[in-house]
Amino acid sequence: MNLAVDFCGVTLKNPITVASGTFGFGHEYGQFFNPSALGGISVKGLTPTERPGNPAPRIAETPSGMLNCVGLQNPGIDRFISEQIPYLRQFDTAIIANVSGNTVEEYCGMVEKISDADVDLIEMNISCPNVKCGGMAFGTQPRMVDEVVSAAKKYAKKPLIVKLSPNVTDIAEIARAAVGAGADALSLINTILGMRIDTETRRPVLSNTMGGLSGPAVLPVAVRMVYQVRQAVKVPILGMGGISSGRDVVEMMLAGADAVSIGAALFRDPLCPVKALAELKSYLNVHHIENASALSGGVLL
Amino acid sequence: MTEETTRPVQADCEVSAIQKLADRLYTLEINAPELAVRACPGQFVHIACGEGNFLRRPISICDVAGGSLRLVFQAKGQGTQWLSTRAPGDTLDVLGTLGNGFRLSGIGARPVFVGGGIGVPPLLLAMKAAKAQGAEPAAILGFRSKSMVILEEEFRALGTVEIATDDGSYGTHGFVTNLFKQRCQDFTAVCACGPRNMLRAVAACAGEAGLPCQVSMEERMGCGIGACLVCACALKDENGGTYYGHVCKNGPVFDAKDVVWES
Repeated sequence: MNLAVDFCGVTLKNPITVASGTFGFGHEYGQFFNPSALGGISVKGLTPTERPGNPAPRIAETPSGMLNCVGLQNPGIDRFISEQIPYLRQFDTAIIANVSGNTVEEYCGMVEKISDADVDLIEMNISCPNVKCGGMAFGTQPRMVDEVVSAAKKYAKKPLIVKLSPNVTDIAEIARAAVGAGADALSLINTILGMRIDTETRRPVLSNTMGGLSGPAVLPVAVRMVYQVRQAVKVPILGMGGISSGRDVVEMMLAGADAVSIGAALFRDPLCPVKALAELKSYLNVHHIENASALSGGVLL
Repeated sequence: MTEETTRPVQADCEVSAIQKLADRLYTLEINAPELAVRACPGQFVHIACGEGNFLRRPISICDVAGGSLRLVFQAKGQGTQWLSTRAPGDTLDVLGTLGNGFRLSGIGARPVFVGGGIGVPPLLLAMKAAKAQGAEPAAILGFRSKSMVILEEEFRALGTVEIATDDGSYGTHGFVTNLFKQRCQDFTAVCACGPRNMLRAVAACAGEAGLPCQVSMEERMGCGIGACLVCACALKDENGGTYYGHVCKNGPVFDAKDVVWES
């Protein structure tokens, strides 16, 4: 059985990675399993300088999911490079550096700087719903997607994955704009914008009023969007949104993903990625599939 | 303890006993030898509360006996209500033990444990540990009313105990902070757990008296281990600035001097 998948020329030992913002820099979940078991780690979203994030409460539970408004709290790209890359490199897994900026120039600077660091893939986040500038503002209009991706691509010396927002009318149009501007791959979906209100206080539960929805509740939306994007563009797709089992991994791959990320499900079960990998192996065995990559886009219509 | 016994684990734990203590307050005993060996006063466990509730619920550790953990919790929302309907023999999926507990090395000969409401339970294990290391601990415990008083006998077995109720139906009428204020010069350190306003008042009073003060904070949590960064708590840094630490990983117990109390 061959679990390895080729993703923009980078070999992932298996198609299961962990999603940015759910795994920190690997220290915490490394207490529960060896991160070398993963195909890759997308690290906590990085910005040019340290960001404090939003005040609490930053989380609200929802039916089969959760909202968050962390607001890209991170130590900044320089400390990531000096302190976290050496730690992550202990593990036999791909490092996916997730980067954001407030302006086109900042995105360019981030991509340039991270290109010279020891990472395997760059994931350009143009879809964070929890920051005022940048983030999702860049990812919801084809013209803006084109502008920021084509500018940043000039500085990319590593494969550039563009992370898409689901908070759009036509995901295929956004995907085409990103690929037209030079994206080597796409990752989707970021969280879906949501809101909860405490009915006793009549106030929003989250400090930032709105936040991003993740968890099992979003899986069908993510599967649908990955399917639509697969029809629209040819580049590799990192599929994510609500995956919490091996069967969900298979479903996302059948929809068109080349590799997947597990995110919020970690909060429920720290061993989720390891269990999902075992379930994926078992599925491939039972269905006599030799290569995991053969699942990609295999949905029958 | 070795690294092997401080690293948190996920364990399937059998419920050995569950009992209602007061309105919406329950005591739960789980058979959890792997967690019991790790448990430190002030730490918590993170419990999966049924298929219908996506996030785990953090519950403080009230006591450890042999291979069992005792947890006292309030059935407040759907998750903790689910937990309150468990029965002996049921299995719970528990992560633990998590967080930094009370540091008992510098609490002196006469520490006081100040608790309010559902903040009272974790102080039991802390007071027990203080007594075991030779201190003569005291407790000042506050509750809404007489019917909400919990764990009184257990605390009395460990040292002097004073109780305050908001409505005056038992003990002293008023808040624990008033009792603490009157007596704070009698003590060598204070460990507190309860509502934020209570902690702020205790911290202010301890600060004026020059008393070392540790507080156990609460915030809405996600992962419980410091990866998701949602349980933000504003803290002071060395340069006079502030930053967001996280209750699950940097706390839940903080030095009161490190907490930004003004909101």
